[in-house]
Amino acid sequence: MNRITRWSLSFLACMGMVAASAAELRIGVMTTLSGAQAVPGVDMRDGIELAVKQLSGKVGGQQTQLIVADDQFNPGAAKQIAERLVKKDKVQVLTGIIYSNILLAAAPVALESGGIYLSSNAGPSQYAGEQCDSGFFSVSWQNDAVHEAAGKYANDKGYKRVLLVAPNYPAGRDATTGFRRFFKGEVIDELYPKLGQLDFAVEIARLREQKPDAVYFFLPGGMGINFAKQYRAAGIPEKSILLTSQFSADQDTFAASGDAMLGIYNTGHWSTDTDTAESREFVAAFEKAYGRLPSFYASQGYDAIMMVDAAVRAIGGNVDDPKALRKALSDSKFKSVRGKFSLGTNRFPVQDFFLRVVSRDAKGRLYNKTESLVLSNHSDAYATACKQR
Amino acid sequence: MLWIEQLLNGLQYSLMLFLFAAGLTLVFGIMNLVNLAHGSLYMLGAYSAATVTALSGSYAIGLLGALVFMGLFGALLEIVLIRRLYRQDHLTQVLATFALILIFNESVRIVWGVQPLRYDIPAALSGSVSIVGDLRYSAYRLATIAAGVVVALLLYWMVSRTRVGMWVRAGASNREMVQMMGVNVRRLFTAIFSLGAVLSGLAGAALAPLMSVQVGMGEEVLILAFVVVVVGGVGSIRGAFIAALLVGMVDSMGRAWLPGLLGAVLPAHIASDLGPALASMSVYLLMAVVLMVRPMGLFFPGAPSLLPKWLRRHPPMAANAAPGRASA
Repeated sequence: MNRITRWSLSFLACMGMVAASAAELRIGVMTTLSGAQAVPGVDMRDGIELAVKQLSGKVGGQQTQLIVADDQFNPGAAKQIAERLVKKDKVQVLTGIIYSNILLAAAPVALESGGIYLSSNAGPSQYAGEQCDSGFFSVSWQNDAVHEAAGKYANDKGYKRVLLVAPNYPAGRDATTGFRRFFKGEVIDELYPKLGQLDFAVEIARLREQKPDAVYFFLPGGMGINFAKQYRAAGIPEKSILLTSQFSADQDTFAASGDAMLGIYNTGHWSTDTDTAESREFVAAFEKAYGRLPSFYASQGYDAIMMVDAAVRAIGGNVDDPKALRKALSDSKFKSVRGKFSLGTNRFPVQDFFLRVVSRDAKGRLYNKTESLVLSNHSDAYATACKQR
Repeated sequence: MLWIEQLLNGLQYSLMLFLFAAGLTLVFGIMNLVNLAHGSLYMLGAYSAATVTALSGSYAIGLLGALVFMGLFGALLEIVLIRRLYRQDHLTQVLATFALILIFNESVRIVWGVQPLRYDIPAALSGSVSIVGDLRYSAYRLATIAAGVVVALLLYWMVSRTRVGMWVRAGASNREMVQMMGVNVRRLFTAIFSLGAVLSGLAGAALAPLMSVQVGMGEEVLILAFVVVVVGGVGSIRGAFIAALLVGMVDSMGRAWLPGLLGAVLPAHIASDLGPALASMSVYLLMAVVLMVRPMGLFFPGAPSLLPKWLRRHPPMAANAAPGRASA
């Protein structure tokens, strides 16, 4: 090889790199990966990485770089990390946050610089209503919606006296508000234990005394596991039905709760048994890659990437044009694992919610068996307040 | 009937708090060490009990294995690291033991993974027991109450009746003097730290079947345990016991009755906001009141006794702390 060929080859290689980096898609994944609240975050990351792997590393046909960061469950740190991802790493899309308080701190960073925040979990009412933003998209749900489905189910079932348990913080109050919005019977009491409380003996004694028809609890993560275990150990008569949502009864809690969760009714938008081709493919691939069943968090992470994939394809890979990307995301027609999916005027999903019951599959593992449709084409209560359409 | 159940709940909570706080108060009082990583020992107790139980298939072996492991682990930790911190100031101790929390949390995550562990109540205790009338109470919770009482009595016997206990009491009120009298302080300190680790691990292992065994579970109890230590008086086992009962009962009773009581006096929407807030504050209000009346805590070793004269077995120890009373 003479000198000139070598020179021209390296020149060509450089040109190639420049061309590739111009259309490179950079997705910032910020989620909670350390501390006691990290279980959903790990599932989120795994779902996202799986989707990128399924697309052979090319989301929307473009070379894709995932930049994963830990928000440490700390809004202050999250804001700084978001700034690093948006300003230094120049991600075109930011996603992955689990908790509303983190999202409210970090999402503005992406939005104010004209970027895109695609929420793969938390759906605080602010972004669904008055503060809605043309760069904010949700591939999951508005916070109240899952609880509204539970309230609707309790109402359909004809429960007269229901007792609510939720942690004493904003999302806990949102949960009881959402439940009440669709439940017309009597809410006999609301118990608000401290966020992070782990022993519920006192609350369980109080609710036993009041003999409700059903108990609806919204206690995310470890709180819900503890509540279910302690409720079962307390020997409460079967006629008080235990009712919850996917936040307390899904694959992220089954491993630790064991049989305490068996038979619990809960509401959600997707389950490992959802009967779509995309869902079956996702569940099989996830199990193969990680050796466990995916939680709904993982499914939402997977969906987020698939939504970006469809949008980038629609604009022919021109990922550095945020306006075009925003437009493509809002009329994105991607195949969600949950089946039917579309975005409302506030760019939050309009979708179906189901009743599931915790059951045992053929291999003896716990999973959510989809029972019935509870809310069809459900939008949220805040969409009408969204002016920026 | 409800109040009996809530009393039992409060008692169970208090006893577990005592087990956890006993080690903390001894280490704080005798070695003058602020050990933030005490919660990590609680977490390790739960993880080791869950693991040994899963491996052996027996709850009893799991519990015993966890206690042995915690004893050895506590001793090792003291010899390798904690020992170097005694002479440092409190800020250094806080920084070092806080670093330990992070190291332990990440290590547990690496070894056991991020998912909470499964740890079921043993079959023999999984049901509920009839107490009086139609009141049924979890058999497992009753068992933890019994275990808590037994361990508290053992500890009391050890501290007040044995030679080691005498050293411990003496060490809490005057460390230098104990060293002067020729006690092997190095070994004593290792033993005390190891005992604290065992007690903390026992609390973790005993509570684990009722809770999810997960990373960071120790930090939740740590704050309340410090309240117990401060209210009881740093270094006093008896103080820790009384304070744990006070804190546990106030916390449980507050959660049980405050929202209802407020609801009877105030409009519903104010009561539903104020009730849970006040209930979670009640413990700290208790601490503020106790510190106002007795700034060193209820039973600070060396302070004038709270007990009436006819109940004291020994003359007050603190003749020089309160010279005016020496002759009285």
